[in-house]
Amino acid sequence: MTVARFWRKIPHRYNLIGTRCTTCGEHYFPPRQMCPTCRREGKIEDHKFRGNGEVVTYTVIHTAAKGYEMQAPYNLAIIKLDEGPSLTGQVICRQDEMEIGMRVRSVFRKLGEESNKGMIYYGTKFIPE
Amino acid sequence: MKVGIVSYGAYVPRYRIKLEEIAAVWGDDAQSIISGLKVKEKSVPDLDEDAITIAVEAARNAVNRGNIDASRLGAIYCGSESHPYAVKPTSTIVAAAIGAVPNLTAADFEFACKAGTAAIQACMGLVGAGMIDIGLAIGSDVSQGAPGDALEYTAAAGGAAYIIGSSDLAAVIEDTFSFTTDTPDFWRREGMPYPEHGGRFTGEPGYFKHVTFAASGLMDKLGTKPSDYDHAVFHQPNGKFPQNVARTLGFTPEQIKTGMVVPRLGNTYSGSCMIGLAAILDQAVEGDRIFMTAFGSGAGSDAFSITVTDRIEEIRDAGPKVEELLENPIYMDYASYAKHKGKIKV
Repeated sequence: MTVARFWRKIPHRYNLIGTRCTTCGEHYFPPRQMCPTCRREGKIEDHKFRGNGEVVTYTVIHTAAKGYEMQAPYNLAIIKLDEGPSLTGQVICRQDEMEIGMRVRSVFRKLGEESNKGMIYYGTKFIPE
Repeated sequence: MKVGIVSYGAYVPRYRIKLEEIAAVWGDDAQSIISGLKVKEKSVPDLDEDAITIAVEAARNAVNRGNIDASRLGAIYCGSESHPYAVKPTSTIVAAAIGAVPNLTAADFEFACKAGTAAIQACMGLVGAGMIDIGLAIGSDVSQGAPGDALEYTAAAGGAAYIIGSSDLAAVIEDTFSFTTDTPDFWRREGMPYPEHGGRFTGEPGYFKHVTFAASGLMDKLGTKPSDYDHAVFHQPNGKFPQNVARTLGFTPEQIKTGMVVPRLGNTYSGSCMIGLAAILDQAVEGDRIFMTAFGSGAGSDAFSITVTDRIEEIRDAGPKVEELLENPIYMDYASYAKHKGKIKV
């Protein structure tokens, strides 16, 4: 990931800043700049998600991608935020604690790093509520 | 103008390693080490935790506890001896993660274990001078001890954050006094993964001299004596040092009991004294007086005299208490600990 690409998404990664259409009330994460329902009638504004939600489904990663080997095995889940949108995120807990429907809340963690001399990527993960 | 603590927050990772587990690896007598250090176990960061993530979690707890609008923060100073970047501030990442950017000043502090209390003093100065409304001072560390070194038994992870202001105070900081000398008792050179230290030299010429002079200096300045305080907290590199220095100064075991977190936490370096203070604020009542003295190798001590106000009751339960952060730990063996601490290279 380039430095600029990460930097542009810092508000979303650190604080779950998405958007909301004030016309229909729909929330979007990642943020949309136009409401697909209201189209020209829609009015989009920033929305900071509370970070609480529930696990829709999950998998346990045993064969990790490069840079994540030390973290394996780890839980990767689709989380439905209380405001509506779903996102993919890591849930930090033992594998036997994971279950579909479990409540989670967001925490600030290290997402990865470019290398031992590269940039460190921080952002949002989840833990059991 | 009165200056003091508007809100506070602490954070401790969930993982622990018992000292018996470390002693078994190095063939040491565990009971002798535990009774000597008066520490039973220490906190260990998760694989994705470092001084920045701990600082952010502590800062978020402080902001939420006091229901603070983070955009009011005019300064953020992060004290640590384990900043993840050598060049690139911890404080800017914290500022972004709590929503305080962009209209503020920010910087990282380093002074071994007392960088966080130096940050409190800097915020007190800016608030007292009327330059800022409120400021955030953080002490956060994932401290390092070389495998087999004496430090490995206590070097732990944790942090605390204090919002300093002049109104809506949960505790008034009456005054502060520092004592600083050039004493090479402990250091880590640029690029080195683990610190070096002067063994027993860290005791008398380091910890005891500086803590004693700073504490005595503040009490002389204020005309107070140990019996005027309900609680006292001293830097906790182990359980023995703060007990001994408290006794020397004239404080009782009862006065230091509430803030003594090291037996179940270990030495969180920049977080040590500040987590101890948070544990006291978790239980203190209006009018309680607290005496705090931090120590940082190299060497210096910052002493503070603090009086709790009635606002503590309003904010206390709005954030996790230190006791709650210490509960329900996940114990790990030495191999897992070594992996978490980056002692295993692949």
